[in-house]
Amino acid sequence: MAFLHGLSKSHTGSGSGLKSRSLTPYILLAPGLIWLITFFIIPIFSLASTSTMVRPEGSQIGTYVQELRFANYIDAFLASREQYLRSFIYAALATLLALAIAYPLAYAIAFKSGKFRNILLVLVIAPFFTSFLLRTIAWTQILADSGPVVSAIKVIPFIDETFRINNTSTAVVIGLAYNFLPFMTLPLYASLERIDPRTLEASGDLYANGLTTFRKVTLPLSMPGVVAGTLLTFIPAAGDYVNAAILGNPNTKMIGNVIESRFFAVVDYPTAAALSFTLMATILILVTLYIRRSGTDELV
Amino acid sequence: MKKDKQSISPEARAIIRAQLTRRTLFAGVGAVSAAGLLAACGTGSSTGAEAVVDVSDSEKIVRWANWPLYLDFNEETKVYPTLAAFEQKSGIKATYEEAIDDNNTFYGKVQGQLSIGSDIGYDIVTPTDWMAARYIEQGYAQKLDPANVPNKSNIRQVLANVGYDKGRQYSLTWQSGFAGFGWNTQKLPKGIRTMEDLFAPANKGKVVVLSELRDTIGVIMLYQGVDPSSNFTEDQFMNAIDFFKQKIADGFIRQVKGNSYSEDLKRGDANAVIGWSGDIFILRAESDGKFDFAIPESGGTLWSDNMLIPSTSTHKKNAESLMNYYYEPAVAAEVAAYVNYICPVEAAQPELEKIDPELGNSPYIFPDAATLAKVKVFRSLSTDESTKFQTAFDEAIGN
Repeated sequence: MAFLHGLSKSHTGSGSGLKSRSLTPYILLAPGLIWLITFFIIPIFSLASTSTMVRPEGSQIGTYVQELRFANYIDAFLASREQYLRSFIYAALATLLALAIAYPLAYAIAFKSGKFRNILLVLVIAPFFTSFLLRTIAWTQILADSGPVVSAIKVIPFIDETFRINNTSTAVVIGLAYNFLPFMTLPLYASLERIDPRTLEASGDLYANGLTTFRKVTLPLSMPGVVAGTLLTFIPAAGDYVNAAILGNPNTKMIGNVIESRFFAVVDYPTAAALSFTLMATILILVTLYIRRSGTDELV
Repeated sequence: MKKDKQSISPEARAIIRAQLTRRTLFAGVGAVSAAGLLAACGTGSSTGAEAVVDVSDSEKIVRWANWPLYLDFNEETKVYPTLAAFEQKSGIKATYEEAIDDNNTFYGKVQGQLSIGSDIGYDIVTPTDWMAARYIEQGYAQKLDPANVPNKSNIRQVLANVGYDKGRQYSLTWQSGFAGFGWNTQKLPKGIRTMEDLFAPANKGKVVVLSELRDTIGVIMLYQGVDPSSNFTEDQFMNAIDFFKQKIADGFIRQVKGNSYSEDLKRGDANAVIGWSGDIFILRAESDGKFDFAIPESGGTLWSDNMLIPSTSTHKKNAESLMNYYYEPAVAAEVAAYVNYICPVEAAQPELEKIDPELGNSPYIFPDAATLAKVKVFRSLSTDESTKFQTAFDEAIGN
C-alpha cells in the first residue's frame, strides 16, 4: 500500500522534486519484483506450459511437444491419489505432533525461562546450523533396529522381536515433525511472549484456576501463533520428499517422491509438472479454508 | 561386457537421427533465444549443442564428475594419489568431484544446460552404459581423438565394442562391476546364493535392494529364467516387476535405494542386499570379513561406468590426456587396488599383483571366463520401453 500512498502524494505535490519522488517506490520495489518475475512468475508459466505437453511416440527421451492435453492432470492425479492422501495425512499428523511438543516448549521459554531465554531460543534454531539432509540421515542411526530407541522399546514385554521404527510410517512422521519443529516453535513463542502478564493476573483475580486461565486467556491470545506455526509446518511437510525417501519404505512414499521420480527417473516432465500444480492448488485451498475457519484473516 | 548387446530399434534410431539434424539446424539459427532459456529445464524440443572451441592449451584444467568412492584416496593426506601424479606429470590442474550419486538425477541436473549448449561445469562425466548411450544418442558427447588417447588399445577386449559405441569412439570404460547378493556373514553364516536364500523367512523386513532398475530387475529376470541381454518381451519384464512388487507387499523388501544401501548393512537394518560387488568388498575389507558378496546361482548383471566428454566441454584435449593416463596399466592397477571393481585394463593384472597378490588374482577384479559366463548385460531399451519400464519400476517402489 505504501507506494500508492506515495503516488497520490506526488500528484498533489508540485515543483521539481515531483518526478524523482514518484519513481522512488518503483525503484524500491524493483529488486523484489525482478526476483519474483525471474524466479517465480517465469518458472510458473514454464511449469504450466510443460504440464499439458505430450511425448510423441518413439521420440527421444525428454522430448515433449505442446498439445494442450489437460487430461494429463486427471491421469497424474488418478495414478498417485494414494500418495496425495498420504502426504496430507502425514503432514497433518506431523503438525499435531510438532504442536504438542512446541507449545509447552514455547510456553516455557516465554514465561518460565528467566535469564536462559536467549540461550534456549538459540538452541531452538541450532539444528539449522547443519544440513537438513544430514539431520534426517542422523535419525536413521537413532531409530536403527539395534539402536537405542528400538532396544529400549523392546524391553517392554509382548513387543514383537521384529519390531522396528526405521523405514515405517512412524519414522516418516517423526522425521517431518522434527525437521519443521522450529517453524512451529518460533511463531508460538512470538505470540506467547506478547501476552500481557497482567491479563493472566486478572484471570486469577477473577477466581479462574490455572487450567481455566490457560483455556480462556492464554490459548485464545496465542491463537495467531498456533495458526502461523501450523501453516509453516503443514505446508512444507506436505510437499516434503526427503523424510519419506530416507526414513520410509516403498509403502510410505509421499507426493514429493512421486514428483521427483517422474522428473528425474522417468523423465516425464508433463506428469511431474501437473502433479506439482495440483499439489500447489490443493495446499492453497486447504490453507484458505483453514484461515477462514480460524478467523484470523488479518494474519496473512 | 557382452558382445551381443542389443542396440535400439531401427525406427527409434531413425527418429533420433532426424532430431539430431534438426538440432544442428537450430544451433545455427541462434542458440540462446528466449525460448531456449525457457526450455532450459528441459522439454528438449528446442536448440541443441553448439560446436565448442577447445581452449585446452591456454586453460590447463580438467573438471571431472564421478561417483562416490571411485578413485584411490589417501585418508591421511586427503589427496587422490593417482590424480596428483597426473597433475604433476601433465601440468593440468584437475578438479575431481563426487558429483554423481544417481544416473537419472545427474542427467536431470545437466540436461537443460546440455540442450542449450551452456557449460555444465565438467569436462568428463562418468555415466553407466545405458545412460552413456543416451548422452551419445542425443549428441551430448564429443568424439575422442584417437591420437590423443593412444592407451585406448589397452581396453579389455569384451569392452572394446559395445552396442552404443562401436569401437569406443566417444567413451572409455572407467570401471565395471557385478550386481549380485551381499550379506552380513554374522547374521547369515551360510551366505546367500539363490533368490530363496535371499527371501528366506528370517530375512523378512531385512532385505534392501538397488534402485537401479537394470540391476534389481535384471537379477530377478535371471532368476525367472529370462536373459536380460536377450530381446525379452514386455510380459517377461512385467513378470519380474510382479515378483518384485509381491516381495515389497509381503514386507520382505524393506527399502529400495542407491549407493546408501551399504549404510543399512553396516547399521544392521539389512541382513542381505542386492548390491554392487566393489561396495561390498570395500565393506568387507573395512570390517574384517563381516560382509560378503556372491553372484547369484541363477546369474547376476554386469555393468560399466564410462568416461565421456560432454558436448559443452571446452577442455577436450585435457580430458583426453586424463583418460589416456588412467589407461596406463600401472595407474589402472592403483585405482583397482582401491575401488575393487573390474579393471578395464587387462594388462594391469601383473601390476596389481605387485601391490596386492590376493587382489591381483580376484575374479571380481580380473574376471575369468567362468565368472563372466554367470553374468549378463541388461540390453538397451528403446525410448518407449525405457519410459514404460521405468514408470512400472517406479510405481512398484511406491512412487
